[in-house]
Amino acid sequence: MPKDGGIGASSKRREDVRFLTGNGNYTDDINMRGQAYVHFLRSDIAHGTLTSVDTSAAAAMPGVIQIFTGDDFAEIGGMPCGWQVTDKHGEAMQEPKHPVLAHGKVRHVGEPIAAVVADTLEQARDAAEAIEVEIAELPAVVNMKDAVKDGAPKVHDDLTSNLCYDWGFVEENKAAVDGAFEKAAHVTTLELVNNRLVANPMEPRVAIGDYNRSDGEHTLYTTSQNPHVIRLLMGAFVLGIPEHKLRVVSPDVGGGFGTKIFHYQEEAFCTFAAKAINRPVKWTSTRSEAFMSDAHGRDHVTKIQMALDADNNFTALRTDTYANMGAYLSTFAPSVPTWLHGTLMAGNYKTPLIYVNVKAVFTNTVPVDAYRGAGRPEATFQLERLVDKCAHELGVDPIALRRQNFITEFPYATPVAVEYDTGDYVATMDKLEEMSDIAGFEARRKESEAKGKLRGFGVNCYIEACGIAPSNLVGQLGARAGLYESATVRVNATGGLVVMTGSHSHGQGHETSFAQVVAEMIGIDENMIEIVHGDTSKVPMGMGTYGSRSIAVGGSAMVRATEKIIAKAKKIASHLLEASEGDIELKDGAFSVAGTDKSVAWGDVTLAAYVPHNYPLDDIEPGLEETAFYDPSNFTYPSGAYACEVELDPETGVVTIERFSAADDFGNIINPMIVTGQVHGGLAQGIGQALLENCAYDEDGQLLSASYMDYAMPRASDLPFYDVDHSCQTPCTHNPLGVKGCGEAGAIGSPPAVVNAVLDAMRSGGSKVEHIDMPVTPSRVWAAMNG
Amino acid sequence: MTQVTMTVNGKAASGDVEGRTLLAQFLREDQGLTGTHIGCDTSQCGACVVHVNGEAVKACTMFAVEANGATVETIEGQANADGSLNVIQQAFQDHHGLQCGFCTPGMVMSAAALLKENPKPSEAEVRHYLDGNICRCTGYHNIVKAIMAASGQDVSAIAAE
Repeated sequence: MPKDGGIGASSKRREDVRFLTGNGNYTDDINMRGQAYVHFLRSDIAHGTLTSVDTSAAAAMPGVIQIFTGDDFAEIGGMPCGWQVTDKHGEAMQEPKHPVLAHGKVRHVGEPIAAVVADTLEQARDAAEAIEVEIAELPAVVNMKDAVKDGAPKVHDDLTSNLCYDWGFVEENKAAVDGAFEKAAHVTTLELVNNRLVANPMEPRVAIGDYNRSDGEHTLYTTSQNPHVIRLLMGAFVLGIPEHKLRVVSPDVGGGFGTKIFHYQEEAFCTFAAKAINRPVKWTSTRSEAFMSDAHGRDHVTKIQMALDADNNFTALRTDTYANMGAYLSTFAPSVPTWLHGTLMAGNYKTPLIYVNVKAVFTNTVPVDAYRGAGRPEATFQLERLVDKCAHELGVDPIALRRQNFITEFPYATPVAVEYDTGDYVATMDKLEEMSDIAGFEARRKESEAKGKLRGFGVNCYIEACGIAPSNLVGQLGARAGLYESATVRVNATGGLVVMTGSHSHGQGHETSFAQVVAEMIGIDENMIEIVHGDTSKVPMGMGTYGSRSIAVGGSAMVRATEKIIAKAKKIASHLLEASEGDIELKDGAFSVAGTDKSVAWGDVTLAAYVPHNYPLDDIEPGLEETAFYDPSNFTYPSGAYACEVELDPETGVVTIERFSAADDFGNIINPMIVTGQVHGGLAQGIGQALLENCAYDEDGQLLSASYMDYAMPRASDLPFYDVDHSCQTPCTHNPLGVKGCGEAGAIGSPPAVVNAVLDAMRSGGSKVEHIDMPVTPSRVWAAMNG
Repeated sequence: MTQVTMTVNGKAASGDVEGRTLLAQFLREDQGLTGTHIGCDTSQCGACVVHVNGEAVKACTMFAVEANGATVETIEGQANADGSLNVIQQAFQDHHGLQCGFCTPGMVMSAAALLKENPKPSEAEVRHYLDGNICRCTGYHNIVKAIMAASGQDVSAIAAE
């Protein structure tokens, strides 16, 4: 029987009611009295010297309050990078300055040059058209391999080259890995591109700065996944505002997918300008601006090789990747192709020797940073495409080859520095084979062929590292922040309680699932629990939501704080019941004395805490409020196996997804309905990457895909109903809930299955093509089959 | 500036607008009806779908002056008279047809228009009709399921949860 509340129940989401009735409170829904509007004039040139920005005519336009340029920020700190990678020679990465408004040069299309603040948005836009900008255009570098050639134009003149870092992992293993390749019975090599994507949360970014002259406090309302991170970065490194004078609020946020983690110039600008003009300043991104100012994702070019022995055991893996950083280092950009990618290269396999090289490259493009999965989809795609290619070269079944090389004993220390605590890759593959009805595939293929279509079946496994992250570990790896999480549980006198969590919900449903956990622990109704997030003035310093970390890290902090509450409440109950504290049991919202019928209700204990007429004041303080900070001891390792079945029209190259099956192991699950929804969304983004989406630049650095007219977002008719299962559960061993996280799995696990299926279909039509790059568009498929 | 008057969710609404003011802006900025969302600037995403004289319209493709004298329905006017969720809204909650909620008003308004013209749409018909509504969170599975459920069809056979 499904539960009707608490952990494991598919509780309906409480947040839905406000969203379904138009009562959500997104940042753009906020309007401050007397607010002014800013419009950013952005570069339409990818690379050039700013010779003149003449604002005199614009400044005289109606409604214009002030126009800001790079000179106004010359003495102010630039945008900080939150992660420093050390290269294979032990040197720190090259880290360029990143101004709030372009200064001296423009380095990508979309870089803000001037900011016009006016009474209305229309006036600001009109005035921006009157600004005269002169840019001496310079040759742009777009292609990463060209960018690192001798003599290539430099994106940053004060750096030695366009190479941010050349990272080797694990460098000491390189010789052993190369030696294993020399002894290999078979080597499979694959070169591929992991296409550049734009995250595209449906809510564009918004920032509103406000300054209170009476107390000197700044407030920033912003569309962020992590308001405390913004407060820390912007306050300490950009504007020099102490944290007690800076409040950051992220109310309802309409999707994030990584790109709303980062601190952006527009946030710093609005905060700065609100004080400068003594009025609130609001910026709402258009979608066109979003395409050229939100950090992009992926964009790797990789060569990967697998060495196998004569029995088809994987003996060594090596991979060389060029990773695009764009023109500047976005907040966590350096970590994505390194620590979120290299550490995942073992995948689900017991390959004993692995070497990963990553060259991070500056180009005249929008900065690239984490997008749903962040490094892990790139690792999974190359590995799972490679394993499929191995199988075809060797003439063995792709699933059998995977099974043969699966890690089967846990904990398992990989050769790439992480230790998987639990998993059962055989179980998820067994489940997948059952779900995807492999036995019926040949019959389905014949049906397709009878219609003149080709049909293909593709499979892949994945492993991800979630629950980011042990602070001591990431500190050694270059993180400039801790990655713990926090929670305060405040119990009210009449028994209801508020959880203030450092996690942030922007679609994940924390207000529902977090309440389920606390309800289960105390035995009270979920509706007695309120979840508060997204306001630095309300919640303790927390690191926010990304990397599938909320329930694993934020949930664990909440559990620890609730445990403290329960411990204190038991003390109060023992006093009220005149019994030994050790004999007090909490069940279904009542404290009882073991072995007796004496009990006191939850609400009586909470009332006693705040109305301490009969209270052990000598032993404990009144009140019932506790805070906990939780720092995980390891990552969590969700895993799974995915299968995709496609139909391909050889006449047109059109590929349709006919079936998609996903067998995931997320450990324990709080709300199955929400978990399934998270997988659905991830699958759509992964299938979107595989079949549709591509962020394209021309050779001059012009962004060709800058609207929904050109960037192919997946639509309802592009996607199937998905078959999702998470009954295989190996609980995480090191967090109190045994949870692993589910937010990114679908996006990580699905692209290789799609491409493997397309290639299987093409082969069934006689094609000899060994690889096709994403997005697998009809024109690419048709050209590959007829080329 | 031009004065416009229209009926919004059954009430008279008027304001002074510029010729370039979009209906979506008028609803959000002048009328405070912020449930109508703006997710793009090329009339692609559908987060701003409202009903004008009974027809589904992207409120970013219509100037406020064009709606002068019209009857407009927005997401704020969709709940039942007692404030409870209507059939479509309830189906979206029951079937987890929304996550971040940003595309949701447009989805609900499009779904209402679809079911008015096609009371029992097939899966393919729902997907085709939603071509002008982009969702980035749900992968559409539960949206399609919710709309079919709202039409009274049995969706229990559609892959679970």
